[in-house]
Amino acid sequence: MSFNTKQLLQKKKKNILELWMKNQLADESLREDLISNEELRSQSEELINALVGNLTDENFEDLNSDKWGPVIEILGGISITRARQGFSPRETGNFVFSLKEALFQVLQEEISDPSVLFQESLKINRLMDNLSVVTFETFIKGREEVILRQTDEITEISTPVIRVWDGILALPIIGTLDSARTQIVMENLLQEIVETGSSIAILDISGVPAVDSLVAQHLIKTVSATRLMGAECIISGIRPEIAQTVVHLGIDLSNIITKASLASALAYAFKVMRLEVRKVGTIHKS
Amino acid sequence: MVLSLSKDSIMVLREQDVVLLRNRIKEVAVKIKMGLVNQTRLITAASELLRNMLRYADGGQCLIEVVSRGRENGIRLTFSDKGPGIPDIALAMRDGYSTGKSLGLGLPGTKRLVNEFDIKSKVGEGTTVTILKWANG
Repeated sequence: MSFNTKQLLQKKKKNILELWMKNQLADESLREDLISNEELRSQSEELINALVGNLTDENFEDLNSDKWGPVIEILGGISITRARQGFSPRETGNFVFSLKEALFQVLQEEISDPSVLFQESLKINRLMDNLSVVTFETFIKGREEVILRQTDEITEISTPVIRVWDGILALPIIGTLDSARTQIVMENLLQEIVETGSSIAILDISGVPAVDSLVAQHLIKTVSATRLMGAECIISGIRPEIAQTVVHLGIDLSNIITKASLASALAYAFKVMRLEVRKVGTIHKS
Repeated sequence: MVLSLSKDSIMVLREQDVVLLRNRIKEVAVKIKMGLVNQTRLITAASELLRNMLRYADGGQCLIEVVSRGRENGIRLTFSDKGPGIPDIALAMRDGYSTGKSLGLGLPGTKRLVNEFDIKSKVGEGTTVTILKWANG
């Protein structure tokens, strides 16, 4: 290498940081509500130190070198925290892109020979592009973690088993019934049947938007499993349009007890259990 | 003469995409004032075909079109995949026949749910299913 960019960058570290900070603060997308200037400064300083400190003649050209480990780690840490704090991808990207600009500015000031300037800029450009890609990868990973956690939470809360009466369980299903969901529903229901010794379970599908043959098959399986446990399973909440669709599809639900509403399913359950609900003071004739 | 008014294409690769597509179809159906029963029929038919596509062909593409014939509006859905294809369509269209462990109602059931149903398949190349449902049909 005829010109030593490494030494130049090490010498001009302070300068770069100042330029970078100026770029960042001048940027319209700066989020002062999410990050204070001092914090931004310390993040930037940490990254520059790692970048310049780990820069050697060998790894300058080799972007996959292990030597970049610490830099990528710091950058990854910053972008993951930013993803969680709610920064937009553009704002996170600008963090790295503004550093690139600062580096170019310094190079431009220091190198007078255009061909050397071009060579060195190209290398810096390649390096910074690689770091930007890393930033985005980790940023998206951070977002995905948030989504995954929410998905887990939804599956947790979406399958509650309710004891509506002594011996009667109800399970409202909301959303789409896929294989994974059915598995959870079935497990929870069977477990609860064992724990409470219930003899009737009501599966309410009012909140299921569409019943296709796979959903129907899942329902039939759940009902069969409940029966094996010695309990009866009633499916309630069948809306008129769902009933028509199921008939057209040709799904046979005739050996399953189905009701239009949870109330009628509960009334049926009371009848089976030889219970009755009466207004206070009225005497049942018979 | 069936005119195509708008087109929208969605890739379906995972089970989660089924929900996305169902919502998109619902949006379009509401826009052309399709009745609730017909909406449900179309959405159910679409999810049958989507599940087939995911199960046997690892996903594929779905084209949503708003079509019009005279005064009637409808939705045409085209599902195309590059899966193994169906060797015997007549057999696949029979109630209760399934190569997987399902109820075997997907294809014949779908046909009963929609107004027009067309299936083309070539072994080793893929399958294309086109369904059409009129807003008031």
